[in-house]
Amino acid sequence: MIEFSKVSRNFLVGDQMVHALRDVDLSIGAGEYVSIMGPSGSGKSSLLNLIGLLDRPSSGVYKLDGLDVTTLDDEQQARVRREKIGFVFQFFHLVPRLTAAMNIELPLILGGVAIEERKERVAKLLESYGLSDRAEHRPEQLSGGQRQRVAIARATIMRPSVLLADEPTGNLDSTTGKEVIRLLEQLTEQGVTLIIVTHDRDNGNRALRQITMVDGMIVGDKRKSDQP
Amino acid sequence: MKLNDTLQFASTSLNSSRSRSLLMILAMSIGVAAVVILTALGEGARLYVVNQFTSLGTNLVIVFPGRSETAGVNPGMLIGQIPRDLVLDDAMAILRSSAVRRMAPLAIGAALASNGPLNREVTVLGSTAELLAIRHMTMAQGQFLPEGPADAASPVVVIGNTIKQELFGVENAVGSWLHLGDRRFRVVGILSSQGTAMGMNTDELVIVPVASAHMLFNTQNLIRILVEAKSREDIERARSQSEEILFRQHGGERDVTVVTQDAMVATFDRILRTLTIAVGGIAAISLAVAGVLIMNVMLIAVSQRTQEIGLLKALGAPPAQIRRLFFAEAVLLSLAGSVVGLLLGQLGSFVIGQIYPSLPVAAPWWAIIAAFSTALGTGIVFSVWPARRAAQLDPVLALARR
Repeated sequence: MIEFSKVSRNFLVGDQMVHALRDVDLSIGAGEYVSIMGPSGSGKSSLLNLIGLLDRPSSGVYKLDGLDVTTLDDEQQARVRREKIGFVFQFFHLVPRLTAAMNIELPLILGGVAIEERKERVAKLLESYGLSDRAEHRPEQLSGGQRQRVAIARATIMRPSVLLADEPTGNLDSTTGKEVIRLLEQLTEQGVTLIIVTHDRDNGNRALRQITMVDGMIVGDKRKSDQP
Repeated sequence: MKLNDTLQFASTSLNSSRSRSLLMILAMSIGVAAVVILTALGEGARLYVVNQFTSLGTNLVIVFPGRSETAGVNPGMLIGQIPRDLVLDDAMAILRSSAVRRMAPLAIGAALASNGPLNREVTVLGSTAELLAIRHMTMAQGQFLPEGPADAASPVVVIGNTIKQELFGVENAVGSWLHLGDRRFRVVGILSSQGTAMGMNTDELVIVPVASAHMLFNTQNLIRILVEAKSREDIERARSQSEEILFRQHGGERDVTVVTQDAMVATFDRILRTLTIAVGGIAAISLAVAGVLIMNVMLIAVSQRTQEIGLLKALGAPPAQIRRLFFAEAVLLSLAGSVVGLLLGQLGSFVIGQIYPSLPVAAPWWAIIAAFSTALGTGIVFSVWPARRAAQLDPVLALARR
C-alpha cells in the first residue's frame, strides 16, 4: 500500500545540498510491522515525514493505496493525512491547554464529526486505553506513559490504516517504553500498518521487518521469517 | 471543522493566555471608547448650539448692524463715513414687510441695579412687549413690558429670577422700585427661570422699554432686531424684504446684515458636525494602533505555538483551517474589545452628561457603528498576516522544534 519509487529529498543548507534521501525504492504492504533504524542523519525521519505527507519529495513518486499522493495539493494531502495516517511523536505533542479527552478528540473536531459521535468514540477509546479516570486531566498532570497513551489514542481515533511512530519511546523509561511498544504492536494485530523509527535496537528488533538506513539510502531490509 | 468548534478552539487558546488577551481587549476597548466618547462630546456640543439657536424663537430673522462682506468699496468710506447704526425707526420700518408678523428691537447695556442697600451690576436689555412672544419667554409673576409705542420711555422693569432673589430676597418685588444707574423703575414682572440661550441667561437679565434703555445709556443704537416671520414659508421673504427696507432706510446702502435663524443653525451644525467627525477620526487612529498591537501579539502567538500548528497539520488540518483558527482568535478579541469599548464609551458619556447636564452628550448612531466596525475591521485585517504565517509553517520544522 505504500510504494516509493526513486524518491529523493534534498535540502539546501547554506549553499550546500544535503541529500536526506537518495533514490529510495520501498514498498510496504498493509498490516506490516516495520522498524526503521539507522544513525542520526541517516534519513529515517525524512522517510517517515514523506510517508506521513508532512513533506514532499524532491523527486520520485509516492503512491499510497495506489493513489499518487505527491501530486495532491495541500488541502487534499491534509485530508489523506486526516483519514489514513496517524502520528505518534517522541515528545507526545499534546496541546497543553486541552484535557486528555479533548486532545484525543482533536482529529475528530478537525474532521467535522458531530459532537455526540465524538464524545462516544473518545469515551470508548479512553476506556480501552485505561485512561478513563484521566480524561479531564491536562497533559502536565499526566505521567510520560499516560501522555504517550493519550497521543496514541489521538493517532488511532480516526482509525487510520498507517500509524507512524517517531522514537515513541525516546522520552520514556524502559518499562513504560515497553508498555507503549506493546500497545502499538496490539494495533498491528488489528490490521494497522505500523512504522516505527527508533534508535533502540531492542525495540527495533521486535519488528517483523527491519529496515536499516545509512546516508539516505536503505542498506538493510530483513524480514523475520519465523515468529518468536 | 465546524464553525462553533473553530470558535471554541480559538477561545480555549485565548483563555490559556488570559492576561495577554485581556490586555489586547483593553487596548481595543480604549480605542472604541475614545471614538464613542469624543464623538458623543462633539455631537453634544453640536446639539447644544443648535438647541441654543432654536430656543431663541421660531421662524426668526435677525438683523445685525454692519456688514461682514468685504467685496467692493463702500462709497461712504471714501468720504470718512462709517456705516449707519441701527435705530428704532429702522425697526419700525421692518413692520411694513408683509411677511413679518412682529419684531422686537434690542438695545443693551450694563448698569448698577440697586434696591436699598442691595446692589449688583446687571445687563440691561431694552426691548418692547413683543419680545416675550418672539423669545418664547414666560412670566413667573406680574406682567411683561406694557404694549404701546416703542418710543415711549416708561419707567418700568421686568427682572430675571436670579436678580429677584439677589436684590429682593423673599420680599415681594412686583410693585417695588428698582434703581438702575440714577433712574428709578417700577418692577412690573418677574421672568420664570429659563436658563441660557445664546449666551444670555434670562435669569440674570433686566428688561426695560427700549426707549428707556436709550435714555439710560444715552444712545440711539440697537444691537439687534429680532424679526419673526408669519410662517416657515415666509422666512425667506421676510429676510429679503427686511434687507430691502433697510437698504432704503439707510439711503441706498447695504450696511446691515440680515440672516435667518435657519441659516445660522445650519452653519453651526455643519461646522460642529465636521469637528465631530474630525475628532472621531483622530480617536480612530488609536484603533489602528490597537490593530497593530493585535498583529504583534498574534505574530508572537504564532511563533509560540509552532508546535501546536505543526501538530494540527499532522492531524490533518489544511492550511485554510489553520488560517481560520487564528482569524477566529482575532475576531473574538476585537469583538470583545469592541463590546467592552462600547460599554466604556457609553459609561463615559453618561458620566460626562452627569457632570455637565446642559450638554446633551450622546454618541450618534453612526459613530457607534463606525467604531464597532473599525475595531472589528482592524482586528481582522491585522490578523491576516499572522494567520497566513501560521498556515504556511512547515510542519516538519514546526514539530521538530523543541
